[in-house]
Amino acid sequence: MTRPTALIAEDEPLLAESLRSELARQWPELHVAALVGDGASALSHALALRPSLCFLDIRMPALSGLEVAQALAEEWPLDAPFPLLVFVTAYDQYALKAFDVQAVDYLVKPVTPERLAACVARLRARLQRQGVAPLDQALQQTMAQLRALLPDVAPGAAAAPQLEVIQAQVGAVVHLVPIGDVLYFEAADKYLRVVTAEREHLIRTSLRELLPQLDGRRFWQVHRGTVVQAQAIATARKEESGKVTLTLRGRSETLVASRLYAHLFKGM
Amino acid sequence: MSLPVSPRPSAEAPEAFDAAVGSAALKARLRHRVLVFTVTCSTIALLLWAMQSGGFGANLVYSFAVGSCCWLFIEGLRRGTAVLVRWRRRWFGLPALANNKPGVLATLPLVALGAAAGAPLGLWIGDMLTGHKSPSLLQWQAPATRVTLAITLIASLIIVFAISTRERLAEARAAAEAAQHRATEAQLKLLESQLEPHMLFNTLANLRVLIGVDPPRAQAMLDHLIAFLRATLSATRGDLNPGAHTLAAEFDRVADYLALMGLRMGARLVVRLSLPEALRGAATPPLLLQPLVENSIRHGLEPKVAPGRIEVTAMAANDQLVLTVRDTGMGLDAEAAAGAQNADTHFGLAQIRARLHALYGERACLTLAAATGDEGGTVAQVRLPLSLPQPLPGAA
Repeated sequence: MTRPTALIAEDEPLLAESLRSELARQWPELHVAALVGDGASALSHALALRPSLCFLDIRMPALSGLEVAQALAEEWPLDAPFPLLVFVTAYDQYALKAFDVQAVDYLVKPVTPERLAACVARLRARLQRQGVAPLDQALQQTMAQLRALLPDVAPGAAAAPQLEVIQAQVGAVVHLVPIGDVLYFEAADKYLRVVTAEREHLIRTSLRELLPQLDGRRFWQVHRGTVVQAQAIATARKEESGKVTLTLRGRSETLVASRLYAHLFKGM
Repeated sequence: MSLPVSPRPSAEAPEAFDAAVGSAALKARLRHRVLVFTVTCSTIALLLWAMQSGGFGANLVYSFAVGSCCWLFIEGLRRGTAVLVRWRRRWFGLPALANNKPGVLATLPLVALGAAAGAPLGLWIGDMLTGHKSPSLLQWQAPATRVTLAITLIASLIIVFAISTRERLAEARAAAEAAQHRATEAQLKLLESQLEPHMLFNTLANLRVLIGVDPPRAQAMLDHLIAFLRATLSATRGDLNPGAHTLAAEFDRVADYLALMGLRMGARLVVRLSLPEALRGAATPPLLLQPLVENSIRHGLEPKVAPGRIEVTAMAANDQLVLTVRDTGMGLDAEAAAGAQNADTHFGLAQIRARLHALYGERACLTLAAATGDEGGTVAQVRLPLSLPQPLPGAA
């Protein structure tokens, strides 16, 4: 078997360095391919280096550890084994609870050598088994866990009042867009694109903030950055990669539904 | 580590508490009313019977019939007045009152009116029930009429005032209890937010590593943590007023916190503190700068990938003390878009505003604005009256 590689994403330098040296002591053959301090770098480095393991801090600049995991599950190429993910957190009951019963490990800071040793033993066993198991097992498992973790937009779960109108400001003019006219929302850097059949607007709201205010039966999240009105979807074509290409009524462009949400599309 | 308490639960909890108190109070109030009414009416019946005017049973019937009618009318009049007061306030655009019930002076004529209307109706009902024929109250000259009216009026007054005095007391007590509850809750929230677990455990994790690699620095950091915890605990234990607390002490606490954050964030955090020598002794409310600095770190600099700077400066302008916390972080817009400018920030800012207002009224203020210049970020500024200690006589 080739030498296992790891990526460590931790924004606090002292803790990152400590994790690296403790891993070097306990697992000499593990090669730490990258040490990064924010979520965006973690994502790009992981996709470029394709490590066997990722240690992800939950609270990081740019993207949280969970957001990195979601993006990895969506973007990971199918010709490489999905990395085993270990979440590291100082105090995050929510994440701990979700991963308590799951196979992906988590570490609570401060990480003691004993606890790290247990984690290392678990990871080694998993890597050895992965040699014979189907390659995408880790990916399937991670996706199942992430689906359980993702914000629930099912009808009734929404606590926030439902949005009726989107208000998009352009200079001094505020455009009022009825929610029914919106074909899809797409995250674009600091903004959110609000696309209707005729035109599009930019609003300064994050998808995370918007989601609880949308009716989950009408608006489906199909990608970490895309929410589409179900009625606007004309066709859904499953691709080799596990992704789904969506064509829309009233727009010529296509949208991509990621693997995480591919299960939404199935013939009746 | 800025005050992570969402305003919603904090607003709901006291209401739920008030409602629970309200329901229990309502039952107690009703019990008391019925008791006072029954005792008074029975006493009147007993007195009339003792004065040998008819049988005890008939007196009891008349007493309760008249009493019930009077109560009905008086209560109706009081409630009607309350509704009228509310309408009138709304008509003139005045803010609604918590309690529209008429006061003592307004109650007197209402009681007289209610008793005058209740007495004949009560007598008529009594006649129906007993089969007697009472003399009409319109025969004003008849001594029986006067006695009846006098007894009715006096009994009504006794009942109304016995009840309302007790209810006013109960309401005052309930309000005091609710206020106490809210104060305790606010204090708990402050403590909870100051000792935010994420900050605490990350700091401890860093200290744990530091002990192994750089013991002297670990000791220095531990001293910062101890000073920070001590200041937080003593401030949240109640005394948030500027007594002996100086600006120098407030800057020291901020320095403790920023030293710990510097350990955690490494090269990503640059700190500049500037406190002129002349202002070191200025009186400052404790934990005034701390939440502003925490907001800057938590929402401005911690989520930012690139390194950033925080500057805390104090200066005197006329007779005002101007404290500024500037960061080169994400900026207000980005924070709002990321949903970071949430309840935590608002709780922190609202808390400072409330404290400034309570201490200085209109003479102090807190502003939050986008920083000017290329670096972006946020500027928070507090202005409060400058109060320097008087130099001791004889000290040159």
